[in-house]
Amino acid sequence: MSREFLSGNEAFAYGIRLAAPQVISAYPITPQTIVVERLSEMVEDKSLKSEFIHVESEHSALSCAIGASATGVRTFTATSSQGLLYMAECLVYASGGRYPIVMMNANRSTALPWNIYGDQRDSLSLLDCGWIQAYAKDAQESLDLAILSYYIAEHPKVSTPFMVNLDGFHLTHTYEMVEVPESELVKNFLSDYNTDNKIDFENPKNIAFSAGPEHNFAFKYKEHIGILNAKEIISEAEQKFAPLFGREYSGLVEAYRCDDAEYILITLGSIFGLCSDVADELRNEGVKTGVLRLRYMRPFPNKEIADIARNAKAVAVLEKDISFGNEGSVYTNVNSALQKAGLSVPSLNFIGGLGGRDISEEDIREIFNKLSQGKTAVHFIGIEEGAII
Amino acid sequence: MIEVLWHGRGGQGAFTAARILGAAYSFKGEGFFALAFPSFGPERRGAPIRAFTKLSNKPLHSRSEIKKSDYIIYLDDTLFSQDSLNTLKENGKIILNTTATYEDTRIITFDATKIASEILGLRVTNTVMLGALSAFFDQVSVKDIEFAIEKAMPQKLWKGNKAVITAAYNALAKGAAA
Repeated sequence: MSREFLSGNEAFAYGIRLAAPQVISAYPITPQTIVVERLSEMVEDKSLKSEFIHVESEHSALSCAIGASATGVRTFTATSSQGLLYMAECLVYASGGRYPIVMMNANRSTALPWNIYGDQRDSLSLLDCGWIQAYAKDAQESLDLAILSYYIAEHPKVSTPFMVNLDGFHLTHTYEMVEVPESELVKNFLSDYNTDNKIDFENPKNIAFSAGPEHNFAFKYKEHIGILNAKEIISEAEQKFAPLFGREYSGLVEAYRCDDAEYILITLGSIFGLCSDVADELRNEGVKTGVLRLRYMRPFPNKEIADIARNAKAVAVLEKDISFGNEGSVYTNVNSALQKAGLSVPSLNFIGGLGGRDISEEDIREIFNKLSQGKTAVHFIGIEEGAII
Repeated sequence: MIEVLWHGRGGQGAFTAARILGAAYSFKGEGFFALAFPSFGPERRGAPIRAFTKLSNKPLHSRSEIKKSDYIIYLDDTLFSQDSLNTLKENGKIILNTTATYEDTRIITFDATKIASEILGLRVTNTVMLGALSAFFDQVSVKDIEFAIEKAMPQKLWKGNKAVITAAYNALAKGAAA
C-alpha cells in the first residue's frame, strides 16, 4: 500500500490500473479528460498492459467497449455530460447484451446553455438504461469503486454494465490523500473475467441478436433480475473487500447519524461531506439531524431508505437534477420507496447545484430549517421560496 | 482549519503550488488532512485563476471554495487589489510577489520573480511563493515541501525548485520571526 496525493480522476485511473482491463476505449471530455490521459500514460509507460484505443467519438468509445467485451475481455471507458448523452444509444446495447463494461462518468451539466461545470443531470436522466449507477463521495471511494465495480458487474448473477459517477470538478479535480493498494491484493480480490457470453470460435453461437415479441419480454425481465441481483453481490464484494483492503463500505446507502434522527437529508455524491458537517453542527444545537447518502441509484435502495426514514418526522432530498415538468428524479424514486413501505412521512425536494452553482453551508442549514416545518414541496435553492408542485 | 488562497494566471503554476502545499502537509503523517483544488472551469493561458488549499488536523469534508483565508498568495501583482484584505481572517497575511511596497503590515511583499530568474532562469514563481509561505506558516517546513516536490513533480524539476524554496525561506524567515 502506498499513500498518494491524488485527484478523483487520478485516483480512479489508479484503481483501473489495478483492475487491469485488457481494452480501454475512450474519448476525452472535460471534466473527465485526466482519467483518460493518465490511463494512456500508464499504457505508454507499460505499467498497465492494455489495448488503449483512441476513438473519434463517445458513440464509438462505447461501441468499441461493447465489441471488446463481446470477445470476453475486461473493458473500460469514461465520459461525461454530452458525451454520455451521445452514448445513450449504445448504453442499452451494453446492458441488453449483458456486457459488464465499467464506465466512469464525470457528472457535468447538459446543454443548453452550454456549461462544463458539475451537476448530475447527465447520469440521472439515464437511470432507465439498465446500468448499475454508483455515486462516489471522495477520491478514496472512487479508487475503491474502480476495483469493486468489476467484481460486481462481472459476477455471473449480475452481468450488467456499471457506471461509476464522480462529481465533475468537486471530485474529479480535487486532490486529497488516497491509499493505493498493492496489485497483489487486487489480484486476490478480483479474479479474471470469465464468461460464456462471448464470441468463441471453438463454440460458435449467435450473440447480440434480434428477439421478437414472444421472447423479448423475457430478456427484459432477466435484465431486471440481473441488476436486482447486484444488491446481494455488492454486499458480498464489500464483505470480501473490507478485511483485504481495510476499508468498509455499507452497501447501497451510507447513513450518517440517522439512528435517532428526526430530520433526514437524503443526497448523493460529494456534497455529502458538507451535509454531514452541517448535521453535526445542528446536533450540537440540539436538533436531531441525519444524512443519508445514496451510494447507488440502480439498483435502488428502496428497503434501506424506508427502514432508515421510518421514524423520521420529515425527509429532504437534495439533488443536482430536475426532471423538467415534474421534480427531481431522485425525489421521485425516494417517494416511491416511502410509499411502498406505507410511510406517510412528509418529503421535501431541494434542487441545487445546477450548472455548477455552489451549494453553501447556509443552503444546507436552510434545507434543515425548511425540513423542520415538514411541508411536502419542491424548492429550487436560492430561486424559488414558495412550493412548486 | 488553515485556508490558503492562491492567485495567479493560467500557466504560472498557482494550482501546482496549491497541490504541493496540500501534499507537503498531508505527507507529514496520520492526522494531517488536506484538500487542494483549482477554480473550476475552462483552462486558458494568461487568464486569472485561483487555487485553494485547505489544511486541517481533522478530515476535511467541505469541497466549497474558500471565503475567508489565513493566507492569500499572489504570484502576479497585476491581480492584486487591497480589497482582498477584507477576505483575510484575523491575523491573516497576504504574500505578494512585487517590487512595490505597502504600509499595511498584513501585506508581505517579496520579489519572487528575481529569485526565480536568478536560480531557475525562468520567471516562474509558484514554488518560490511556496517557500515564502513556509517562512510564515510553521506547520509546513522547507523539508516537508521538498518531500512533496519529489512526490508531485517530475525529477528534472526537483533541484531548481528545492533551491528556490530554500532561497525564498531564507530571504523571509528573519523578517517573519521579527
